[in-house]
Amino acid sequence: MSRRRLNRIGINLLGLLVFAVMVFPVYWMVATAFKEGRNILADTPQFFPSPATLSNFEDAISRPYFWDVIKNSLLVVTAVVAFSLLVGFLAALALAKFRFHGRAAFIVLILGVQMLPLNALIIPLYIQLSRAGLTNQLSGVIITYLTFVLPFTVWTLRGFMLGIPRELEEAAMVDGSTRFGAFVRILLPLVAPGMVATSIFAFVVAWNEFLIAYVFLNDAEKQTAMVWLAGFTTTRGTEWGPLMASATLISLPVLAFFLLIHRKIAFGLTAGAVRG
Amino acid sequence: MSQGPGGEAGFPALTGAAAAEPVTRRRRGSLGTRVFRALSPYLLLAPAALVIGAVLAYPVYFLIRLSLQRFGLAELVTKKGTWIGIDNFTRLFHDEQFWAVVLRTFVFTAVTVGLTMIFGTLIALLLARLGTFMRVLLSAGLILVWATPVVVAVNIFRWMVDFEFGVLNWTLTRLHLGDFLNKDWFADPTTGFAVITAVVVWGSIPFVAITIFAGLSQVPAELVEAAEIDGARRWQIFRDLTFPLLLPIFVILTSLSIIWDFQVFNQVWLMRDGEPEEDYWLMSVYSFVEAFRLGEYGFGAAIAVVMVSFMLLATFVYLRQMIRIGEAR
Repeated sequence: MSRRRLNRIGINLLGLLVFAVMVFPVYWMVATAFKEGRNILADTPQFFPSPATLSNFEDAISRPYFWDVIKNSLLVVTAVVAFSLLVGFLAALALAKFRFHGRAAFIVLILGVQMLPLNALIIPLYIQLSRAGLTNQLSGVIITYLTFVLPFTVWTLRGFMLGIPRELEEAAMVDGSTRFGAFVRILLPLVAPGMVATSIFAFVVAWNEFLIAYVFLNDAEKQTAMVWLAGFTTTRGTEWGPLMASATLISLPVLAFFLLIHRKIAFGLTAGAVRG
Repeated sequence: MSQGPGGEAGFPALTGAAAAEPVTRRRRGSLGTRVFRALSPYLLLAPAALVIGAVLAYPVYFLIRLSLQRFGLAELVTKKGTWIGIDNFTRLFHDEQFWAVVLRTFVFTAVTVGLTMIFGTLIALLLARLGTFMRVLLSAGLILVWATPVVVAVNIFRWMVDFEFGVLNWTLTRLHLGDFLNKDWFADPTTGFAVITAVVVWGSIPFVAITIFAGLSQVPAELVEAAEIDGARRWQIFRDLTFPLLLPIFVILTSLSIIWDFQVFNQVWLMRDGEPEEDYWLMSVYSFVEAFRLGEYGFGAAIAVVMVSFMLLATFVYLRQMIRIGEAR
């Protein structure tokens, strides 16, 4: 074999090793979830679950509040996605299709807001909400998450709209369409991929968030899936099987959606950086 | 940022800005139509400005006000804090614990950001040289890691480093790296922080690696080939060609990582079961404990204000870079 070929095999083996190290924790979660209890608490770890069992999953879904928190999380996520699309779309339209005073300031604001340390704002947010009587209510959490995702939504949708040539809209208007008609028939379909991407992003952020929900929601039946999962450890010690099964179940929707949009996210945050 | 969100939204200036908008050259329209057109961008922005103002701008102001007040549980009930000037800050700066926490947070941020950037860059360079199959496999693996929720990731790492049945202790012992049987990683804050650093870095690498890889693929191939023909080594190509071209990306990624890692809270909090020992306190944890465990909201806010001030620098670098890119387009 030539040296070049050897070199290439070496590189690909290194790639495989990096892959294995990075993915191992996720694999370990899923493998543990399928193991029998005595194989989880074994002096020599069992690297492949045999015999595989579903009992950990049965245990997980029959735990108190499991279905409540899943329902809450779905409710929060749906509201956040819907509102972020609506509000974000309008703002993006203004930024992409109009020239007006304060436009540049608003763009800087949108970028700056992304950088605000939300962990630092949890104290005033909590006091504001408790004054408004919105603690322990999903609506408080929804409004807060909406602000988390809006900057990304506006920024990404604006990018999509900037990519649409004005001639397309004008052509539609020449053909007798009103501005609104042109908007619905030309702009909307072209921005649709961006809306899919941003709504999945909103889904993932809202589904994964922990701290806000942890502070704002007190009652067990009001909490989100992440808070429930975090409480699993503190109250039940080390029942690793059911814990890993619950973690697997709760990660599934996110993993599925993330695979669909990862390109858009990397793109949205650093778009055009090389050319600069 | 100094400007309120949509600060001008209520006062659409009577200027030629809207008239410069290309569509208007089509037909001038009646006065009503023109006013509506001038107003419409502000109307479109209003909902977003409102939400951002209510959930971000006002709390920032409120946070600063709280930091200048005595605001405890009693004040939470009466809904009125007592103005005490900079007493919270005076107390904070004379607090030895605080300076230990600040130092710890800086070291933690430096280590996590450094490791994230180094491994992220190396993996990006590796991705660029892999065959198609391995590249797709590794990217899919990275996305899998990226998508893992923090709460889930922390639980997995807790399980892997479990002192009795964890896979890490078993593996390290089998590799003859020492006797790790029944080693409790959290008995000593240094090894405890090693685990916390691992979970943070593990979760941060994919974003950095994929973004740098995306940047690498935009570097013109002819340039690299020309350098190779001139006999440049791989390291030289990276140092003198790729890195300078990708510098804006590195600046953005580093400042983003600093901002994210400086405020790490969840990983520490969850890893220590919601009761982190004082040796594990970072600034965000210290602020949270003061506010929500001890009911000292004013003092907790003061800590948060100091934390934000430290982070402003990284934010400034990020914003400047983003604006510069925007101008270049």
